Amino acid sequence: MSELHNYTLNFGPQHPAAHGVLRLILEMEGEVITRADPHIGLLHRGTEKLAESKPYNHSIGYMDRLDYVSMMCNEHAYVLAIEKLLGIDVPIRAQYIRVMFDEITRLLNHLLWLGAHGLDIGAMTMFIYCFREREQLMDVYEAVTGARMHATYYRPGGVYRDLPDQMPQYETTKWKSQQDIDYLNESRKGSVLDFIETFIDDFPNKVDEYETLLTDNRIWKQRTVDIGIVTPQQAMDWGFTGPMLRGSGVEWDLRKKQPYEVYARLDFDIPVGSNGDCYDRYLVRVEEMRQSARIIKQCIQWLKNNSGPVISNDHKVTPPNRETMKNDMEALIHHFKLFSEGYSVPAGEVYAAVEHPKGEFGIYLVSDGANKPYRMKIRAAGFAHLSAINEMVKGHMLADLVAVMGTMDIVFGEIDR
Amino acid sequence: MKRRLISWLKSFFFWELFQGLRVTGRYFFARKFTIRFPEERTPKSPRYRGLHALRRYPNGEERCIACKLCEAVCPALAITIDSEEREDGTRRTTRYDIDLFKCVYCGFCEEACPVDAVVLTRFHDFHFEERGQQVIRKLDLLKLGDRFEEEIATDRQTESKYR
Ligand code: SF4
Ligand code: SF4
Repeated sequence: MSELHNYTLNFGPQHPAAHGVLRLILEMEGEVITRADPHIGLLHRGTEKLAESKPYNHSIGYMDRLDYVSMMCNEHAYVLAIEKLLGIDVPIRAQYIRVMFDEITRLLNHLLWLGAHGLDIGAMTMFIYCFREREQLMDVYEAVTGARMHATYYRPGGVYRDLPDQMPQYETTKWKSQQDIDYLNESRKGSVLDFIETFIDDFPNKVDEYETLLTDNRIWKQRTVDIGIVTPQQAMDWGFTGPMLRGSGVEWDLRKKQPYEVYARLDFDIPVGSNGDCYDRYLVRVEEMRQSARIIKQCIQWLKNNSGPVISNDHKVTPPNRETMKNDMEALIHHFKLFSEGYSVPAGEVYAAVEHPKGEFGIYLVSDGANKPYRMKIRAAGFAHLSAINEMVKGHMLADLVAVMGTMDIVFGEIDR
Repeated sequence: MKRRLISWLKSFFFWELFQGLRVTGRYFFARKFTIRFPEERTPKSPRYRGLHALRRYPNGEERCIACKLCEAVCPALAITIDSEEREDGTRRTTRYDIDLFKCVYCGFCEEACPVDAVVLTRFHDFHFEERGQQVIRKLDLLKLGDRFEEEIATDRQTESKYR
């Protein structure tokens, strides 16, 4: 009898279920995986190194491109790190705006995750429904920042501009009746905050719809229940954070454990799972969407009732208002100095982390007193999750690998950075 | 016991599948929320960051004074500027190139420009036909500015109170 070998399968990097450019070398025994070896680095763009050669503010735009489905959360960690080193205060309104956008970003991320995870394991319709909601949130992004994804909105010391009090509207075309246009414009009559509020009020119903389609569905359950079980101990050993950790029943959330910005003032709960399988992580994320909606609602209330500056007026770090810049010599000098040379940051080391939709996203920054970082290290949540893929899929079928990968919610922008 | 029986019955008669079908069925007949691009377009905000343009003053004089702030602030090093003194003694650019393959559309150049010369317009569906066209030169940028001036001006007007 001839000697039998395990079958080696090359999964990705162009596999449609591989979420970007994941390449896995799988050793198969029939249809059972005995070893999974992730090969990363195909999307490496050298963000950390790039940041060392640029003044601090220039890298804000690159942060968006790390985890390109939760753009503003990445920016948040970066500006938090700079603010910590500089020791400047952020106006309270800016903090609320940031928290609101962090949560909007969480919705964006979880909606994409739910859609793509569904698509991966056979629930086509989810993708379309999730993208319908995403589209609305993208419109909010665009109305406020000018870009649908890569916002470049946060600045050390606040946010770039205040929320506009108009929502752009659909224009009449000969392709649609006036009635239809009015229907599309219905929620766009008021300010951006009104638009978000209308959306958020309706959002829990949308989540109910997703749950009707998935939570009890027998196919969904067969694909996710008892797949990729992670015990709480394992989750902590492997450095899991975010829903991956909470799905195993560990109640750990930076928004509660070390509240940054105004999270301490807001009322929300942290969902945790019990079994640590794909199904529990799905439930945790769905519940997180509901909690995010709650947080956004509270932020809208506050933002509607209070006004104020959205960026600190320390003009060594933030640009002066345009009107002043054109009339006042000192402001003009600040403007020129800031945009040509940037600002120097006191020497020191700092680590700032936010509760990113995928877990703990941290920026470790070393400054030597210059206007550029001496060293920057990005702590990407997805990296730790992907590292555990071998343990998570060992003994499962090939098709379950896709479910496990979906549940990890990995994005290669941040893993390879 | 009763609960178990109900859940067994629900499971036996594919209850949850019919629930799901009801959701999708409802949307099958619901009003459409999609649009037909490019005939119809989604709304764009005045803050939209699309293709660049260089503006002129109402008297036709170009705004740019070649201060090179935009060049300095560009994180992608997409802007290249050469400058010279003109016969009338003013400082002007002789070359103003933006490499659109490098540009990340961050909007920093617009933020930095002290005279509102370089702006990002709402125009986003542009294309190139030959290699090298991605570098847009000063004259083309000025032409873009002329083409969209009305829109640019109203957008900056609406935005002026936030900046
Ligand atoms: S938008 Fe940003 S990347 Fe593009 S040219 Fe302006 S500063 Fe450079
Ligand atoms: S476009 Fe504006 S920032 Fe750039 S060189 Fe001209 S005046 Fe200066």
